[in-house]
Amino acid sequence: MISQLSWKIGGQQGEGVESTDRIFSTALNRLGYYLYGYRHFSSRIKGGHTNNKIRISTMPIRAISDDLDILVAFDQESIDLNAHELRSGGVIVADAKFDPTVPEGVDATLFAVPITAIAEELGTSLMKNMVASGASWALLGLPLEVFNKAVEEEFGRKGPAIVEKNIEAVKRGADFVLELAGGPIDSFKLGPADGKQKLFMIGNDAIGLGAVAAGCRIMSAYPITPASEIMEYLITKLPKFGGTVIQTEDEIAAITMAIGANYAGVRTMTASAGPGLSLMMEAIGLAGMTETPVVIVDTQRGGPSTGLPTKQEQSDINALIYGTHGEIPKIVIAPSSIEECFYDTIEAFNLAEKYQVPVILATDLQLSLGKQSCEVLDYNKIVIDRGYVVKDIPDREDGSMFNRYAFTENGISPRVLPGEKNGIHHVTGVEHDEAGRPSESTVNRKKMMDKRMRKLNNLKVTNPIHLQAPHAEPDILIVGMGSTGGTIDQARIRLDGEGIKTNHMTVRQLHPFPVEEVLPELKKAKKVLVLENNATGQLASLIKQNIGYHDKIVNVLKYDGNPFLPSEVYNECKKVAGNKPQEELV
Amino acid sequence: MATFKDFRNKVKPNWCPGCGDFSVQAAIQRAAANVGLEPENLAVISGIGCSGRISGYINAYGLHGIHGRALPIAQGVKLANRDLTVIASGGDGDGFAIGMGHTVHAIRRNINITYIVMDNQIYGLTKGQTSPRSGEGFKTKSTPEGSIESTLSPLEVAIAAGATFVAQSFSSDLKQLTSLIEQGIQHEGFSLINVFSPCVTFNKVNTYDWFKENIINLDTVEGYDPTNRLAAMTKLMETGSMITGLIYQNKEKKSYENLVHGFSQEPLAHQSLALSQADFDNLVAEFR
Repeated sequence: MISQLSWKIGGQQGEGVESTDRIFSTALNRLGYYLYGYRHFSSRIKGGHTNNKIRISTMPIRAISDDLDILVAFDQESIDLNAHELRSGGVIVADAKFDPTVPEGVDATLFAVPITAIAEELGTSLMKNMVASGASWALLGLPLEVFNKAVEEEFGRKGPAIVEKNIEAVKRGADFVLELAGGPIDSFKLGPADGKQKLFMIGNDAIGLGAVAAGCRIMSAYPITPASEIMEYLITKLPKFGGTVIQTEDEIAAITMAIGANYAGVRTMTASAGPGLSLMMEAIGLAGMTETPVVIVDTQRGGPSTGLPTKQEQSDINALIYGTHGEIPKIVIAPSSIEECFYDTIEAFNLAEKYQVPVILATDLQLSLGKQSCEVLDYNKIVIDRGYVVKDIPDREDGSMFNRYAFTENGISPRVLPGEKNGIHHVTGVEHDEAGRPSESTVNRKKMMDKRMRKLNNLKVTNPIHLQAPHAEPDILIVGMGSTGGTIDQARIRLDGEGIKTNHMTVRQLHPFPVEEVLPELKKAKKVLVLENNATGQLASLIKQNIGYHDKIVNVLKYDGNPFLPSEVYNECKKVAGNKPQEELV
Repeated sequence: MATFKDFRNKVKPNWCPGCGDFSVQAAIQRAAANVGLEPENLAVISGIGCSGRISGYINAYGLHGIHGRALPIAQGVKLANRDLTVIASGGDGDGFAIGMGHTVHAIRRNINITYIVMDNQIYGLTKGQTSPRSGEGFKTKSTPEGSIESTLSPLEVAIAAGATFVAQSFSSDLKQLTSLIEQGIQHEGFSLINVFSPCVTFNKVNTYDWFKENIINLDTVEGYDPTNRLAAMTKLMETGSMITGLIYQNKEKKSYENLVHGFSQEPLAHQSLALSQADFDNLVAEFR
């Protein structure tokens, strides 16, 4: 019995790769396995090679694997491009239609299953996905009833006839491959899952769900990869709560509409990726200057410019922290798991209203789109804090305006929502006095600037960092953010086995930088390895700028569009620890 | 009940003496009182430019945003609290140059707000450069040899984009302007009111006298039917848009808020944010 296995399906975009993956993994999730998915796709709709990889495990995992056990191929290109990942003894399940061949040097068994032929025999080639997933399921020797139940749920609303046909397709795929293989493959026999109920979702779903839980009722957004799933999720949910998603003409409209709606008292968010964030920068300054709360999600992708729209990168850090001209208080948070995508979205709304600042939630493509198992989310952890909002304001006989920007000790001034009697004040991006009237007074300017900036002096964010620090004096402190955490964990298990002592820090609060929490961990470590998906080492620079330890920091960068593999982290750590790198896979 | 004086505040406008924008300010204050608003139920959202300062000169909730973005901010305010009367305002540069993309889409979207453009055919605050509304041959600091770009006809664009309320007025005609703003506020959907609001400092061509000589008041045109879209377009083209009054109105089309699926009739801003355990469980169930 094994504890984990990797499965990949490849084909042309639009020919059922996604749906095969969905059915197969949903059924596995029902059995209680931990799953971690990775999508390789292109910026086009039909055609072009695409593949989805899932790692299936009996224990929690948050990283893709270096190797592969089963490759399902809808075309020869999928074999040629991916077969090299197969471990020795791996299996290729390929459509017999294209006379599949195993590339030279690949030690794998090929099962040619007439995937298209079976599907067409049952009525439509669309059912290829069912034949392929049935064959995959059978090789693992898992009970077919669980799979059939997933099929029933997927197709139930289309009527019993359709369900039956799909179940038949699954069965034929399973029977055919078992005949070829002589039964389920022993080395693919997964140990039992822990049976605990889990959720299976992408980060963008978790952000959408978090937004609903946070009381977000409007989302204004412009479509962009890899953020669009958030608006697509919310448009199916917000109307049930009286709200809506509004697709704007551009990202400038998206952010300014969100600012208008927040100003008027409704929790409103927008979400985009690098190009959209660039367009939003002026308005983020307006939110900062007018102390209007707003939540912006940046699902980072390959930049610059249009860059690599469908690939992994973490290169917006500088733009998010330093973006917008002039100086404003702003919070940037980077969730590092599906659970955090949910809880951090709620926290982002609370922070935005508590400190009356823009809050940017920075994910990366792998976290936003990689479908993975997630612990059951806790309803009781949903807390809503709307900050300092005043109502029922007494009359002022002098007819003066309400001091919306009153100078206060902590810098946070009373917020009043339009419609409130006696609350009239002015709001402007021009420097202003306590009532919001434009002012160029030097004394006021300094006081008002100081007031805004001091709001974050007492900033309290839950877990500014995540720390796994079993060693008092680690050889290496590995630092990452976003989706790299699981890969680092994976490599550490192996490093530990070899006596290399590593601690692991995930920086969650990117700005303002949590010096107090980060500093002692750097101090303890002999070396600090900062791992990030960009070319200039933005996270490492942030640490150097805020803390120092230039001599300890080794920066490991990957910006080819793919996430780090555990073996890469392992090899880099070996180098830092003074050992020769090893090319073998984890 | 509030009178127009209740919509005055103590802030002294920084407009030049004689600026057309003073009349627009007065007309908004009168119209707001005439339709029975209280100051706290009005939100004036403005852009950047001389005219953009208007939100600070009216005793109401006001937001002076960034250049060209008054409309998306105003639409956000209205979606958040549909009980508020929302007026967006700014200049011709704000609405028809940097903000033109938003103008067209706000028209298409038809959210129930009123957009008042103070059109002086020039950039005043930056001290005299050409605007999309400048006439061909108009000499400015940025077009010393005369503007060679076509003059934009925003009202033709508006009607082509599906506008449900299009009007135009002139700063010297406070009565008509006030009445049109009242009608705009009462119209269900997006209302666009373009106001010829002369810049006495930088525009020596399109002056008060020039407008008086060149504009035709539609109230004096016998048989003009503002519900006829084709006639409205024809009239604009025939006159080079030099007409004032209600040019076009479509009372049939519902506003965005009344069409969007599931949208709350109660202001969203007044609703509880709490999610029930049952709703939460339902939302989570789809990820099992």
